[in-house]
Amino acid sequence: MDLAAVIFVETAYAIASLILVSMGLAVVFGMMRVINLAHGEFMMMGGYTTIVAVKAGINIYIAILIIAPFVVGIIGLVVERLVIRHLYGRLVDTMLATWGLSLFFVGIVTMIFGNTTTGISTPISGFQIGDYQINGYNFFIIVLVILLLIVMYALLKGTRLGLIARGTMQRSDIAAALGYDPERIYMLTFMAGSALSGLAGAVLAPLVGLVPTSGGAYIAKSFITVVAGGPSIITGLISSAASFGFINQVFTFGISPVVGEVALLVAAVILLRLMPQGITGRFFKGKL
Amino acid sequence: MADIILETTGLSMRFGGVTAVDNVDFQLREKELRCLIGPNGAGKSTFFKCLTGILKPSAGEVFLDDQETTGWDPHRVAGLGIGIKTQVPSVMDGLSVHENIWLSARRRSSVAEANRKTGEVIDRINLGGLAYKELGQLAHGERQRVELGIVMAGNPWLILLDEPAAGMTGEEVEHMSDIIRELNRNAAVIIVEHDMQFIRSIASKVTVFYRGAVLMEDDVSVVLSDPTVRDVYLGKKA
Amino acid sequence: MQSQMIKSMVGPAFAAILIMCLLPVVLETYTLTLLVVYGMLGLSLGLIWGYGGILCFGQAAFFGLGAYSYAIAAINIGESTVPVFIGILVPAVVAFLLGAMMFYGRLADVYMGVITLVFTLILFRFMNSTAGPDFVIGKARLGGFNGIPGYQTLNVPGFPDEYIYGDALYYLAFSLLIVIYLLLRWFLKTSFGRTAIAIRENEERVELMGYDVRIRKTLLFSLGGGIAGLAGVLYANWAEIVTPGLFSLGQSAEIIIWCIVGGLGMLVGPIFGGMLIGLMKFLLGQQSMIDNTLILGLVLVLFVLFLPKGVVPTVSKWLPTGRTKSRKRRRKSQGRSRKSEA
Repeated sequence: MDLAAVIFVETAYAIASLILVSMGLAVVFGMMRVINLAHGEFMMMGGYTTIVAVKAGINIYIAILIIAPFVVGIIGLVVERLVIRHLYGRLVDTMLATWGLSLFFVGIVTMIFGNTTTGISTPISGFQIGDYQINGYNFFIIVLVILLLIVMYALLKGTRLGLIARGTMQRSDIAAALGYDPERIYMLTFMAGSALSGLAGAVLAPLVGLVPTSGGAYIAKSFITVVAGGPSIITGLISSAASFGFINQVFTFGISPVVGEVALLVAAVILLRLMPQGITGRFFKGKL
Repeated sequence: MADIILETTGLSMRFGGVTAVDNVDFQLREKELRCLIGPNGAGKSTFFKCLTGILKPSAGEVFLDDQETTGWDPHRVAGLGIGIKTQVPSVMDGLSVHENIWLSARRRSSVAEANRKTGEVIDRINLGGLAYKELGQLAHGERQRVELGIVMAGNPWLILLDEPAAGMTGEEVEHMSDIIRELNRNAAVIIVEHDMQFIRSIASKVTVFYRGAVLMEDDVSVVLSDPTVRDVYLGKKA
Repeated sequence: MQSQMIKSMVGPAFAAILIMCLLPVVLETYTLTLLVVYGMLGLSLGLIWGYGGILCFGQAAFFGLGAYSYAIAAINIGESTVPVFIGILVPAVVAFLLGAMMFYGRLADVYMGVITLVFTLILFRFMNSTAGPDFVIGKARLGGFNGIPGYQTLNVPGFPDEYIYGDALYYLAFSLLIVIYLLLRWFLKTSFGRTAIAIRENEERVELMGYDVRIRKTLLFSLGGGIAGLAGVLYANWAEIVTPGLFSLGQSAEIIIWCIVGGLGMLVGPIFGGMLIGLMKFLLGQQSMIDNTLILGLVLVLFVLFLPKGVVPTVSKWLPTGRTKSRKRRRKSQGRSRKSEA
């Protein structure tokens, strides 16, 4: 019974963290058809921002929830203005340019912080379920992800801004004809996506030892989660994160964490082979 | 029956709730020249795509030269010796006129034969002077002609053309109908077209599509004077 | 026509041999060997990307597979001739299978990117986790993140004690690069090579001509995998140790950078790009002011933005004499291909 509870919590956590690491990328890809391969480095920079802020004596929650997204959002804005904006509509070129950016950021952070591991401790202590120890911070992440999803849905569905964004993502030419400047919307979307990446990195920072190359570990997972999810941002994210998170946990508990990782990757390959347009390209069509 | 080279029975194509092609029975004889006409959305282009394998029909069969080819991939259909030209000019812009045509000729003959054939085709489509120019630099009409050349070079016994005259000048259209008539000496031809001028100029049997089904099938002069056809299609123009 | 083709290759072959003999005057052969390996690896991606239009995010996977296959086979066999072929064959077969899966499933750009990237990651993760004594192939322990050291390096076929190393390895590697380059030049002029280029230009048209596009792309992908594998074999003999880092995403990114910097759609471009960036890294490695990765990243961004065609095509545009000459030659050889300058 205890074990079942632990497995349940762990699986929910695996799914939530997949959603968390993919969210920023999903917003940018879903709205703008731009794959930001520097997404992992945005997360890494969110993590570093948090660590620096906490070490400077700022409350950890303020550092995670406000400072990190803000700083990375600004970095995203600069990147959009300097690079991405010139490459709209050229999917492969944006991928290559952002890959270059990712190397660039790794280099900069290495120069500033050195190639050593830094970290902070989690603000919430663990507790026991029977014989098992559960990390209390995991609950924080699960709740946060659910909240973020709700906010995202409400924003897209319920507000004027969301409506304009959805219109632009379907037909940017028509949105432009109606008087909404797609460039501005793209700019804001990219900034919002970057801020989400920064937030994700910040949230995960207390759980991992951060090095400048940490981003590499995230990008592949988020990349496949988003692409396998398909065109609908929220439904796609949830459905593919749920599939991959579940598969990952089954193999992690059944065999070993490494096999779990590999199983996730293999599952992604098979899924894309069967559904080249992603899960929401086939099911849940037209959802958000 | 022996000289029927293309036949469809009960061919249907549905997209979600829309039936674009509805239970079409169609026959084509050896060396026949046939035009498919009909208003926009009548299903002629969808029907065409089912023949070429670009779309897989939802029901019914396609027979080419007594073989069932329903649901075959386009390259297998083309490999039977069928020349296909799609609606949007589909050519290789980064390659020269010569290379475009050579590749098509090479599919069914040796290198030496392909070289000879390519020269011949380029002369016939009147692009001798531009043979080594990259296609991306040519005018729209010239690129259309190259695509026709690609079709010719494959030595086909059946040719499927989707709107070959679209976007051409009057002179080019005339030249095009000459080429098509010449091609028709050795091959059956199906043309999807709505340029009436062009259809009159090649004067052939016409199949009229309307709402996914065949409305009538007769000689061009009969069809054009038919009141029903006028109503559904030509009435708007006349 | 055959003899004409051979004639057109004599010039480039001589030029390449000349470069091969002159380079050791400026740099040590030890460094040069690595640059040649990079050139070959760049060429392998340049072939499938520049000519087949297949953007592979995991070319490093085939490089690593070649190196590992060689190392494992060399430990088990103890003589290098067969392992060299295994090092080429294994990645070629794996690329064939992976390619078949992608191209028969008609996956395009992003999705192909995901799959090749994920494939590389799987290998990377797997190789990193093979530290335990259970992971053994024959006599070879996979060794996890420490990699595999101490295998038989290249020897004169049939004489396991006659090692090929140092200067000899450099000349061998460079000669192989020249041979592959010339073979590819020939290959691109065959009917198969020309359909490959045509597929890059317009897949649907080639299909409507009656060619099976899927098998052709798969074979081209496999060929690229095999060449990357050979580069891996040479690398394994240069480094004398293979580690999971060979499969890393950074390595894959670097190969893409070489192609972009050198120039796509030509064979010399990616070779040149690989050697140039390799040299740059070597020179940068001797200073510690600015981080290496930072500069590489910046180079990629700037090239995508400002010089998307790459160095070699851009430079050859500035040299009008070279251009007209090649144009004349092209006309003489019946205008084979616009890429015949390569």
